Amino acid sequence: MRMTGAEIICESLVKEGVEVIFGILGGAILPLYDTIPRYPKLRHVLVGHEQGAAHAAEGYARATGKVGVCMATSGPGATNLVTGLADAYLDSVPVVAITGQVTRALIGKDAFQEIDITGITLPVTKHNYLALEASSLAMTVKEAFYLARTGRPGPVLIDLPKDVQINQAEFKYPERVSLPGYKPTLQGHAAQIKKAANLIKESRRPVLIAGRGIIISGAYDELKRLAEKAQIPVITTLLGVSCFPESHALSYGWLGMHGMAYANLAVSDADLVVAIGMRFDDRATGRVSGFAPQARIIHIDIDPAEIGKNVRVDIPIVGDARVVLQALNKLVTTSKHADWLKQLDSWRKEHPSITIRDCEELLPQFVINKIHEVTGGEATIVTGVGQHQMWAAQHYWFDRPNSLITSGGLGTMGFELPAAMGAKIGCPDETVWCIAGDGGFQMTIQELGTIAREQVAVKIAIMNNGYLGMVRQWQDLFYEKRYFATPLNCPDFVKIAEAYGVPGMTVKSKQEVVPAIKKAMSEPGPFLINFMVKPEENVYPMIPPGAALSEIIEEPSKEVRSWSARNIP
Amino acid sequence: MVSTKHTLVSMVADRPGVLNRMASLFRRRGFNIESIAVGHSELPGISRMTIVVAGTAAMVEQVRKQVEKLVDVIKVSDVTGEGTITRELALIKVRATSANRSEIMQTVDIFRANIVDVSADSVTVEVTGDEQKITSLYRLLRGFGIKEIARTGVIAMTRGNVSSSLTEEKPARAKSDK
Ligand SMILES: Cc1ncc(C[n+]2csc(CCOP(=O)(O)OP(=O)(O)O)c2C)c(N)n1
Ligand SMILES: [Mg+2]
Repeated sequence: MRMTGAEIICESLVKEGVEVIFGILGGAILPLYDTIPRYPKLRHVLVGHEQGAAHAAEGYARATGKVGVCMATSGPGATNLVTGLADAYLDSVPVVAITGQVTRALIGKDAFQEIDITGITLPVTKHNYLALEASSLAMTVKEAFYLARTGRPGPVLIDLPKDVQINQAEFKYPERVSLPGYKPTLQGHAAQIKKAANLIKESRRPVLIAGRGIIISGAYDELKRLAEKAQIPVITTLLGVSCFPESHALSYGWLGMHGMAYANLAVSDADLVVAIGMRFDDRATGRVSGFAPQARIIHIDIDPAEIGKNVRVDIPIVGDARVVLQALNKLVTTSKHADWLKQLDSWRKEHPSITIRDCEELLPQFVINKIHEVTGGEATIVTGVGQHQMWAAQHYWFDRPNSLITSGGLGTMGFELPAAMGAKIGCPDETVWCIAGDGGFQMTIQELGTIAREQVAVKIAIMNNGYLGMVRQWQDLFYEKRYFATPLNCPDFVKIAEAYGVPGMTVKSKQEVVPAIKKAMSEPGPFLINFMVKPEENVYPMIPPGAALSEIIEEPSKEVRSWSARNIP
Repeated sequence: MVSTKHTLVSMVADRPGVLNRMASLFRRRGFNIESIAVGHSELPGISRMTIVVAGTAAMVEQVRKQVEKLVDVIKVSDVTGEGTITRELALIKVRATSANRSEIMQTVDIFRANIVDVSADSVTVEVTGDEQKITSLYRLLRGFGIKEIARTGVIAMTRGNVSSSLTEEKPARAKSDK
């Protein structure tokens, strides 16, 4: 059947099972927008800023595992997407972005709102397309979705000139893609898997380090089976939090800069690290030369380029986490590691890491703890970036698969609100709490309007410490408390929320915390709580920048201050 | 670990922007491309690129894997070493007078190079060979005075049966997926 380019795009999106598109229109994408209403299966959510569209698509994708879709017009619309695409790229989130582009004849002429968005997004997308023919649009959409969700997922952008949206072509949705340069390896190498099983058998102090790859491939059961069968403690990365139930006897928290001391000590003392679906980010490894110095390393990842990139690996296994673990579990023999687990338990006793001090002041940790209590651990938590992010990851207890959504690789302030919105739209039956920083919240605050209009029932908890808190903490510890440019003068968030049509309240004391959370939960729609938390609270434990995991500092102490700013890489 | 020159041969889909994607990736991962040569391959729709970079074996292996991740890149092999023929073509315009012209011609002969243009005050030499041969000739000709030099960059091919091409992975037979 002959159709316009815009119709072909819409038909193809329907074929891909797209339910929702986050976006903002403009001249260069108007033909496509004019067509969307004829496809009632495609719900369009008008956002306040294109960054919000990209993060909302990410939130949707991270919560559902499906591909998130965002749209923008050419020029400034497209450039506004870039932060969200970069965020999705670094955290391997499947997103398809469609941008309008000037008419083909004007490309290269610096036309009004012409920008080379395929050039700009080259290093932050898994792949991108400048679609030059209406006749190839169906294949382009097919490939884009295929690339976004398979292998190591990531964002894919399609740039769509205005005349290509208008031109007609025959539409037939392709059955399959042919991408000779793209063949993700799913099955691990059998001989390598056998070697891994032997190494596990020989090891006396093994640890599993599980990352977001477990969540992406849905390898929850396989990970649990491996841990239980061989009695190996499970430590996650920040992005791996919620890939293994934290109340499981073999769960030992997460590692890295603000991870639990016992987790970092365990990795430092291990004789075997089995790393699965993680990429040895520097925030997770600490100083690389001091990472797991006694351990042999088995690295299982779907991306061959991640293997050997940051740390030396003894047994590399390229493949899908779930598929590889299924094969590995067949070969792994049961073991006990009783002494090693006892050692970890005693470390956990000595260094509990995440205790909350008893005091009159309203501590952010206390607030998170109460959100966990009131929600019974049943919520999906979406955070911004900074101190509140670390406290959320530390003090909410994540027992449910994929229940923490956070910006790890890019560390994007302003991620929280639009990502929470996208997550809630993707999973309407889920309780979604957005744990926001007072700084980051203001970077995408406009999405309150979207949330109000669409009645997206997210519950928002602002950890209002009056500071760009995480940076203030570094100034405190490494720059002799020179708090330059970190104090904030926040507006009255409750008034702002009300102006947008979102009800809310401010909480100043400990006694008000639980009633406020309950009130938020009882509201059918969105609700905002402005928690006025202790301003100068620091996040601990902490590994000073440039230090090894074993050099973790548990409590505020002089040692940290002796780390000069010069040591910070 | 020692940094040495590595020759990478890459088969890429003939799509707009593929050279840009390659170059961008090398730059981003901190590699300087010493030379890059692109041309058609024996397969329609597939170009062959030869890239010379310097780095340790581990660094080059890392960048090779990153390049291989590009969707438009079908295969990348590091062909550095004995079993590889490498060739480059250079045009060298040398200052010449009637007095030294025959001396230049003798030098050119020793290198089995050709003179492709002669004018009153210059001769242009065409030379093909591996990098070392071209550099040696260049050094000798420098004595006469060099007006201009143009080099194509290295192309490479493995000897005998070993192939960097796609003999086992022709796109027509490549795995496709729904
Ligand atoms: C877009 C962006 N700009 C700057 C930073 C650097 N940065 C990291 S944490 C932080 C402070 C965050 O403040 P807030 O949102 O109030 O959270 P808090 O740390 O106070 O909990 C800053 C500025 C960043 N991560 N992202
Ligand atoms: Mg703050």
